[in-house]
Amino acid sequence: MSGAFDYFDRNRDTVLEWLGWHAWLSLVPVVLGLALALPLGWLANRRRAFRAPVVAVAGLLYTVPSLALFVLMPVLLGTKILDPVNVVAALTVYSVALLVQVVADGLAAVPEEVALSARAMGYGPLRRLVAVELPIAVPVLVAGLRVATVSNVSLVSVAALLGVPQLGSLFTLGFQLVDTGPIVLGLLGCVLLAVVFDALLVAAGRMLTPWRRAVRAS
Amino acid sequence: MGTTHGDGRRAPSPVIRFEAVSKRYPDGTVAVDGLDLVAPAGRITVFVGPSGCGKTTSLRMVNRMVRPTSGRILFDDRDTATLSPTDLRRGIGYVIQQGGLFPHRTVVDNVATVPVLLGRSRRQARQEAMGLLERVGLDLSLARRYPAQLSGGQQQRVGVARALAADPPVMLMDEPFSAVDPVVRGQLQEEFRRLQAELGKTIVFVTHDIDEAIRMGDVIAVMRVGGHLAQVAAPAELLGHPVDSFVAGFLGRDRGYRALGFEVAGELPLEEEDAAALGDAVAAVAARARDGWLLVVDGERRPQGWLAPGDPAPGTAAGVSVTPDLLHLGGTLAEAGGSLRAALDASLSSPSGRGVVVDDDGRLLGTVRAAQVLAVIEVRASAVRAGDERALAARVQEAAAGAGT
Repeated sequence: MSGAFDYFDRNRDTVLEWLGWHAWLSLVPVVLGLALALPLGWLANRRRAFRAPVVAVAGLLYTVPSLALFVLMPVLLGTKILDPVNVVAALTVYSVALLVQVVADGLAAVPEEVALSARAMGYGPLRRLVAVELPIAVPVLVAGLRVATVSNVSLVSVAALLGVPQLGSLFTLGFQLVDTGPIVLGLLGCVLLAVVFDALLVAAGRMLTPWRRAVRAS
Repeated sequence: MGTTHGDGRRAPSPVIRFEAVSKRYPDGTVAVDGLDLVAPAGRITVFVGPSGCGKTTSLRMVNRMVRPTSGRILFDDRDTATLSPTDLRRGIGYVIQQGGLFPHRTVVDNVATVPVLLGRSRRQARQEAMGLLERVGLDLSLARRYPAQLSGGQQQRVGVARALAADPPVMLMDEPFSAVDPVVRGQLQEEFRRLQAELGKTIVFVTHDIDEAIRMGDVIAVMRVGGHLAQVAAPAELLGHPVDSFVAGFLGRDRGYRALGFEVAGELPLEEEDAAALGDAVAAVAARARDGWLLVVDGERRPQGWLAPGDPAPGTAAGVSVTPDLLHLGGTLAEAGGSLRAALDASLSSPSGRGVVVDDDGRLLGTVRAAQVLAVIEVRASAVRAGDERALAARVQEAAAGAGT
């Protein structure tokens, strides 16, 4: 443990930079993934015929090993192997795969009579999605985003094998130096990031759902 | 659809016409088969029938949540298919079972939904929403709560207020009171009828409960499985003359008695009642009792109950005065302008056998006995039988016209 703190003291700037990269590489794919998953999940929920293939493809994508995806990305995107874009793209694929199902489930969880009365009151499909269905789906969406974010924090570290700098670099470094200090430090950093992101998501979820607290309090 | 005229007044409630409206699904099921019906302007038309009879589908075709496979639905002379679905729907109030309230919005914002969709400012819409909540009998302290914090009955009131918010000329109500307990349901039905008497909207109302249909409907359309119309009639006509055994079976027991609820009692032969007042000495009034029973009224001549001066317990001690705790309660009151059913029930439920009839303010007019009410019923029934020759001919013609569609 003390080895970890010693290492941190000696390499503060580098480690903090890696922490920043790690945070960035974990979060951007979740944001992009959600942006892509919203229309796909909406379609999957609306058209029964569309739902089965979407869910199947998403499940399949999730089984592709992350390392393979990291290595494949430069080939698919024409980027350099060290480009962080590869990591963002690969993790976006995972995030979409996870979140499509979450969005579809979240929208399906909107009570039927609520969706029906929204339609009957004259909401068009888009306005209904934004003003009624998504706000009601927030608890399900937040639960999915928590899983996606935390799993990204852990997946990002694999990219260290490609040489993309982030907290995972501490693992390869510790392995090469035969020193547990950087490894433990990397672990602590990952856990810290995961906990902070999770707490932020929970807080955001609570802020967006005042009605759930009001109901529980009464 | 424009819900307001240039001068800001509400558009008049239209007649809703179903013209040969059918709904067939791709798998071949026929939900509604050639429905021809006129829902009169400003009245409540109830679709009633067992599940699978197409009543909800018929309702949802009015606001095009379900598109008819063939046929037209007109508001006055305007084909609803010519309007954009969202515009059409914003001009139609919609109430469903469980309210269908938005769980993430406060009560007042739920009610303000359609006005805001129509472009009203949120502040103004909220202000108007408060007025509506008051109108449907909801405590304004609940306005800032969320729907899940309300009871089922309160949610249903909010649902009604929300449907009324943009003052639509047409309302669709799909089993609106089914999810609440019978006592609350009765209150909601009663209050809604009173509200509708002021509003005069054209309402299509769906229920599986024939009693609710009879209580709420000005016109009742009984449907049978397969989306066929079995009979369309006013409640009294339906109870008195079901067209076939399906309708008769659906109406259930006590049809004759229930039909009396729609027969205005009119001139009943009232007996004058030499009533005692609260505070009179029992000994002084005891002699005025007939058949052992004496009616007691308060200072405003409102009936309070029946005194039995012959009872050994209270009457004996001289100087005891008439107090409420000496009275036998029980006995419903019949209003002079009420129905034969109310008059008969008053006499049957009265401990003295004399049914108490009151005026609009609840003041005593007199009493009537069951035999006298029955005599009135008998006279009317024989008059109807005598006129039946003509009526029957007319009905046969009507039925023939109906069968042709």
